[in-house]
Amino acid sequence: MTEKAWMLLLEGAWVTLWISGLASAMGLVIGLAIALLRTARIPVVDQILAVYVSLARATPLVTLVLFLFLAAPTLGLSLDRYAVAIVALTINTSAFNAEIWRTAFLNFPRDQQEAALASGMTPATMFANIMLPQMIITSLPGLVNEMTFLLKSSPAIAIIGLVDLTRVTNRISAVTYEPLPPILAAALIYMVIISVLLKLQSLAEKMAGRLAM
Amino acid sequence: MSEWSIVWEARSTILSGLWLTCWLFTASILGAFMLGCLMLYLLERGGALAWLLRGFINTMRALPFLVLAYLLYYGLSQLGLRMNAVTAGLLAMIIYHGAYFAEILRGSRLVLPPGSIEAAQAHGFMPGSIFLHIILPQLLLRTRPLIGNQLIYALKDTSFLAIITVQELTAAANAVQATYFIPMPAFVVVILLYWAITACLELAVSKAGIFGKARGFENV
Repeated sequence: MTEKAWMLLLEGAWVTLWISGLASAMGLVIGLAIALLRTARIPVVDQILAVYVSLARATPLVTLVLFLFLAAPTLGLSLDRYAVAIVALTINTSAFNAEIWRTAFLNFPRDQQEAALASGMTPATMFANIMLPQMIITSLPGLVNEMTFLLKSSPAIAIIGLVDLTRVTNRISAVTYEPLPPILAAALIYMVIISVLLKLQSLAEKMAGRLAM
Repeated sequence: MSEWSIVWEARSTILSGLWLTCWLFTASILGAFMLGCLMLYLLERGGALAWLLRGFINTMRALPFLVLAYLLYYGLSQLGLRMNAVTAGLLAMIIYHGAYFAEILRGSRLVLPPGSIEAAQAHGFMPGSIFLHIILPQLLLRTRPLIGNQLIYALKDTSFLAIITVQELTAAANAVQATYFIPMPAFVVVILLYWAITACLELAVSKAGIFGKARGFENV
């Protein structure tokens, strides 16, 4: 493994990290929006969102990435590879996040909501100041876990030719004819990134445990 | 001819992809499940081997599935061990999900009340027999929602094998769209097929829940 190979690997790791990071951040917000809409129980919208969540959870990421990449132009949308990858990862992770947020919603203590409303808070104030801060802490372990899953399924973007941390090993071995070292090195980098996330998850669990709702 | 009827004309490609996906999925989860149980049994025995297995399981949990598939398909060829894509994919599925099954069962084993095991020991059961007839059935019924989730992850992971050139369902959709240039209908059909398989798995898990309740495993 030359220095150049390591640089390529780090570039691949960077692609993996920023694409999954961006998708994760958008997925958090969109997931919360879906959960909010679903708890409002608006007729039709609720059913559509339920089907959306169920479909997005059942579709493998590879299939979704390929589908968006090939079908977007036929609908007149011109998306580049990076945009397709980010949209696909966001669709996938937002569906899982929506379920995590929704569980936090459903398990939120009823007495706190009643107390807040009785004190004269508007529902919006109550949500922003009473519910959201506590919901963030209780859902954090699940959300970080979902980030780990997203990172582990991010190599799916390799199918449309994006050079992420997995795909870059092919590039390196095409020059060196030795596929084993770059794959093992990529595995090592993944393990470092994911163990950081696992550490974060156990910290989040400790924080949620201290709140003890 | 509408685009949907072209998909119908090309059904043999999609069906052969579906067949390969189902076959790979079934074979790999059966293999992975047995590997998971074996690992759990070895973990129970303790010693250096258990310590090594813990390391192995933690490594698998920190790796994306595709990296393992790359390792078996591209990496091992450097050591002179050449497999075709389907064999490498199947092996990767078994090893990867075996580690996850072992982890799920281990987590439940840690909180299993010791009463039934002590009773079995007092009745003179052999350790292997206790594991097979007392511990394993209880763990299975207790962990079935997690196992159900893992089955769905395993189904979704089979699609990664399209990247190492296995002609499964996703690759079949890609082949159909490349031949007739109908990306939309081809992928919609395939996504609905994945959805249907997932729905069947979820149904099976909830049926297992009813069975578990009937046998009194819920309120232990």
